Amino acid sequence: MKVLVAVKRVVDYNVKVRPKSDGTDVDLNNVKMAINPFCEIAVEEAVRLKEKGVATEIIAVSIGPKVAQEQIRTALALGADRGILVETEEDVQPLGIAKVLKAVVDKEQPQLVIMGKQAIDGDNNQTGQMLAALTGMAQGTFASEVAVDGDSVAVTREIDGGLQTVKLALPAVVTTDLRLNEPRYASLPNIMKAKKKPLDTLTPDELGIDVTPRVKTLKVEPPAERQAGIKVADVAELVEKLKNEAKVI
Amino acid sequence: MPAPLLNERDLDFMLYEFLDSESMCARERYRDHNRESFDAAIATAKQVAEKYFLPIRGKVDRNEPRFENGRVEMLPEIKQAVDAATEAGFVSSTADYEVGGMQLPLPVATVANAYLTAAGSTTLGYLSLTTANASLIEAHGTPEQIAKWAVPQRSGRFAGTMAMTEPGAGSGLADLITSAERAEDGSYRITGNKIYISGGDHELNENIVHLVLARVKGAPKGTKGISLFIVPKFLVNDDGSLGEQNDVALAGLFHKMGGRGQTSTSLNFGERGGAVGYLVGEENRGLSYMFHMMNEARIMVGTGAATIALTGFQYSLNYARERPQGRLPSCKDPLSPSVNIIEHADVRRMLLAQKAYAEGAFALCLFGAQLADDQHTAPTEEQRSQAKLLLDFLIPMIKTWPSEYGPQANSLAIQVLGGAGYINEHPVEMFYRDNRLNPIHEGTTGIQSLDLLARKVPMQGMAGYHYCLALMRETVAQAGAVAGLEKQAEQLESAIKRLTDTTETLLAAMADTNIDKVLANSVMYLKLFGHVVVAWLWLKQGLVAHQALAQSQHGDEQNFYRGKLQAMRYFFSVELPHTERWSALLMQGEDSAYAMRDDWF
Repeated sequence: MKVLVAVKRVVDYNVKVRPKSDGTDVDLNNVKMAINPFCEIAVEEAVRLKEKGVATEIIAVSIGPKVAQEQIRTALALGADRGILVETEEDVQPLGIAKVLKAVVDKEQPQLVIMGKQAIDGDNNQTGQMLAALTGMAQGTFASEVAVDGDSVAVTREIDGGLQTVKLALPAVVTTDLRLNEPRYASLPNIMKAKKKPLDTLTPDELGIDVTPRVKTLKVEPPAERQAGIKVADVAELVEKLKNEAKVI
Repeated sequence: MPAPLLNERDLDFMLYEFLDSESMCARERYRDHNRESFDAAIATAKQVAEKYFLPIRGKVDRNEPRFENGRVEMLPEIKQAVDAATEAGFVSSTADYEVGGMQLPLPVATVANAYLTAAGSTTLGYLSLTTANASLIEAHGTPEQIAKWAVPQRSGRFAGTMAMTEPGAGSGLADLITSAERAEDGSYRITGNKIYISGGDHELNENIVHLVLARVKGAPKGTKGISLFIVPKFLVNDDGSLGEQNDVALAGLFHKMGGRGQTSTSLNFGERGGAVGYLVGEENRGLSYMFHMMNEARIMVGTGAATIALTGFQYSLNYARERPQGRLPSCKDPLSPSVNIIEHADVRRMLLAQKAYAEGAFALCLFGAQLADDQHTAPTEEQRSQAKLLLDFLIPMIKTWPSEYGPQANSLAIQVLGGAGYINEHPVEMFYRDNRLNPIHEGTTGIQSLDLLARKVPMQGMAGYHYCLALMRETVAQAGAVAGLEKQAEQLESAIKRLTDTTETLLAAMADTNIDKVLANSVMYLKLFGHVVVAWLWLKQGLVAHQALAQSQHGDEQNFYRGKLQAMRYFFSVELPHTERWSALLMQGEDSAYAMRDDWF
């Protein structure tokens, strides 16, 4: 069974991001980038399926600038077999990414697509669902357990009320939640082996996809800083302030 | 928020700005590499460190291995950590692809290892010895010996040790008496007692390969009669399987001040007629083989000391930012909230001193690692021999300066935490204990200072000394032309002058007066030279930071570079002037210790 894994290049989760001074975007200048943590979980799940003998080939796909090759190679070092970069300098958004992924799915015909439930930069939580809709594949989102059985997959989902298990006919899209697994790290020999694994580059044009952003960012600004509190002399003053100043009682 | 093990931004600065490690990818040996694979290796080290080493760091310290029924009992988690680091490839990160290595340049591997050291220098100790042992066999063993003893160490099946010290021969190795007698089959039978053998017995691996220094019967006295032997815990059959237990017995464990999780053993060889040993190279050349690895081993000691200083600095910095206590002297309002202790200038002094010591020491060690790599991989023969010359010269400083000032930095970390630093709820007291070994092993500070003044300075017609001075003067000239660094350039120039005057005076005195009297001050000379070298490397860091600051737009980046420049200024204002006093004492032939008599104590 062929498994497609999507990986996104994002700001490293340890970095404290700041808006640019002109408020047009987050300042990414000289900032450490990494593979999106949810995507890392997706790669890990695919590798485990391969180790169990369920998956036969894992393809890691990323959509982004040339340097996103680094994140694909991270996936290759973790155990993916080959990579595809759909190279674009455009600020791609969920719908554009989903369309590109659909084109890659059409080409590669995977039985299972595993991807993060969201990326920690945009926090959209849309791409997996959009891809399922575009391809007509079944979807199991927020997975905390994935069990492939013949031509179906049981996905345990983390939902507000607890856990829900759905059975999907393959091919299907699965998006990962944090508890699905704990990703491994790449051993030093595997980092070197990853350099020799095939990595193809395509463009959205070659796939016939228009990735022009549909949503326009008006302004990026930091949340308002928390103001200092005040001390009140007694309960009476507190009640008075709550009533007349804060107007909450 | 927990303190970071190390400052990632600083490590990037050291590797890619202070050194230009990316340029090493142009060399044949490293052509498969780029910054991406360097960073990936470092990231893996960080993950192994945080996942396997850090969670057990305190536990390893508090649960020393025990000697029970002739064997060692230790925490099972140590094996998990050692196995994880081995499987991730850290025993062979710099080794050739053929033996399963990653062929990482030494400076990059040094940074990767720094994470493992910071998260558990004691646990890492088991692996470092194995790496050193395998490297020595690879350098001087036969192909059969490499296949039989080194390859299984690289893969993690076997562990390795270095067995040198004896009850009667520590710093004075010339007096060792462990003996070797040639057997009919060409192997040897080893008899004697070795002490302080780190990792000398444990069950982390299937087998332990001891590299033992011993004297073949009839060999010359002194260091010229010492040979090197492979003496395994279990004999190994030709198919690689384990045979019977060799005649090596664990006599007992030592209980140490620091590094408590690593066994320090007393081993008896030949209680039942002689342990089977295999000669490495030729008879009577053992010490030269061992010393071949000594530069690398001494860089490793320095780096370990610098790294523990770095992690103690990060820990106390984090604490100082979060611990509210007291008010500034200028604040008279007792109802005002107390400030975080980093607001107190004296706390910042202790943090800045740690930064100056720890980052200065680490820069020195990385520079040493670069030279140790260059001596084999630099593009031209001339560059390779220059690198070797400078490394040989600098080794006493690379080993000693971090070992002396690393524990001082850790002592300041304890002081920043105050009472909290003195108890074992925080790791800084452990850092201090762990680091305190470093001025002792792989040649004490005293031995290093004799090596510097009596051997390294005069070596090859003072070629290493002069080359080192020339490089320092180059930096003085560069910095002198940069607005904002002229003062430091001038200070370094005067310090170099003091150093050369002092050196000339001492060498002249050694030639025509009592050499014992001159060498009585060798440690002070080492301090003098060490401080000048570290000031030089701080100025080099300052040059990089100064230029980068001018081009930097980002607030965090600007703060980082300002911090570098401030630590440099601190070192030049507060530390470098010590050289004036040391130089004066040396020049006037300070002799109170030399003239002191046993009876007078």
